[in-house]
Amino acid sequence: MNIRLSDPWERYSRQILFHGIGLEGQKKLKASRVAVVGVGALGTVIANHLTRAGVGFIRLIDRDFVERSNLQRQMLFDESDADRLVPKAIAARDKLRAVNREVEIEAVVDHLSAENAEALLTDVEIILDGTDNFAVRLLINDVSVKHRIPWVHGAVVRARGIHAFFHPPKTPCYRCLFPQPPEGGGETCDTVGVIGPIVDIIASMEVTAALKWIVGAADRLPTSLVDIDLWENAHAAIDISGAKNANCPACGLGRYEFLDERRGEAISSVLCGRNAVQITPYGRRTLDLHAVRARWNALGHVRESPHLLRLEQEGLTLTLFRDGRLIVQGTDDVAHAERLYAEYVGR
Amino acid sequence: MELLINGKRHELPGVETVSDVLRHFRLDGQIVMVEWNGAIVSKDDYARTVLRPNDKLEIVHFVGGG
Repeated sequence: MNIRLSDPWERYSRQILFHGIGLEGQKKLKASRVAVVGVGALGTVIANHLTRAGVGFIRLIDRDFVERSNLQRQMLFDESDADRLVPKAIAARDKLRAVNREVEIEAVVDHLSAENAEALLTDVEIILDGTDNFAVRLLINDVSVKHRIPWVHGAVVRARGIHAFFHPPKTPCYRCLFPQPPEGGGETCDTVGVIGPIVDIIASMEVTAALKWIVGAADRLPTSLVDIDLWENAHAAIDISGAKNANCPACGLGRYEFLDERRGEAISSVLCGRNAVQITPYGRRTLDLHAVRARWNALGHVRESPHLLRLEQEGLTLTLFRDGRLIVQGTDDVAHAERLYAEYVGR
Repeated sequence: MELLINGKRHELPGVETVSDVLRHFRLDGQIVMVEWNGAIVSKDDYARTVLRPNDKLEIVHFVGGG
């Protein structure tokens, strides 16, 4: 193949030379739309690969802001993002715009919830998992089953990661393998740690599956649930193509319990392993952070950024987003966090 | 008993069943998926799946981080 320097595809020339993609595949990538849920360790690696590969539209969804403890592995963030408390979706979008202006990147600073999941995940052709907990994956899985949209799973802790591709009803769904979230939320990066290299490997496997899906190489998609432990030099792969569970609540019985969970009220959730509670008010709202700040100034040390307001008071750190979401760090007491919400933010 | 677990040879003393192996690795009570000589073992069968030397196990332990 001859690729001229003035060729609009030149930046993708090495990928086009690869037989699995070619110019046809590259055009499909350009026309494709994907969503990345969670823009932390896995999500930044995923978003970086997708942007460089020339995926046309990428929606980055993340509820959190950059902290120093992220920098060891969350490859799109730098010290100034942490100092300025930039929301992760925004920081990632801003970095990636400089990498590839041809890609449309939408940053959504929000928590993926039963309320917004269908709006955010059904206008894309594949969903990539950069999340950090089981509950949100079961929610993604409900959307995937209900709307027949494939998703790529990845998860990491310590030096170990797992990965699988799900496209129910052709494949089992996540819930076939794993009906309920574990008690206490299981192990997370915040409780047992994680090293960067396993993040890169699992996220790269996720992106590879997405590239295969987008270019139409469905016959090359992995059919195994893979488990890699870099520290122990161990590798497991279980073929899950026959693991569909006829009694699976989601893909067997059509009950979307995570998507249909309580709506119409504020949702409080303990952010596992972080000693923090998140309160998400019901419905859309836009707070005037300046007005809130005027009240908060009397309460303790307050910092304001274009996206959020932060109050440090009596060992707690309250971070309020413009959409009304509050993260209370320093407690896992939901009732206490809800009282603070009522008192400091209001209904 | 010598077993091939996730591609590595392990000598596990006093192990007879899949449940024993999970206990050895402190995976009992965790969410796991187990394949024994190429077939997925149902959770209800962990305690009654009796292993023989050199059996091949693949164990995936679900994790949540990311």
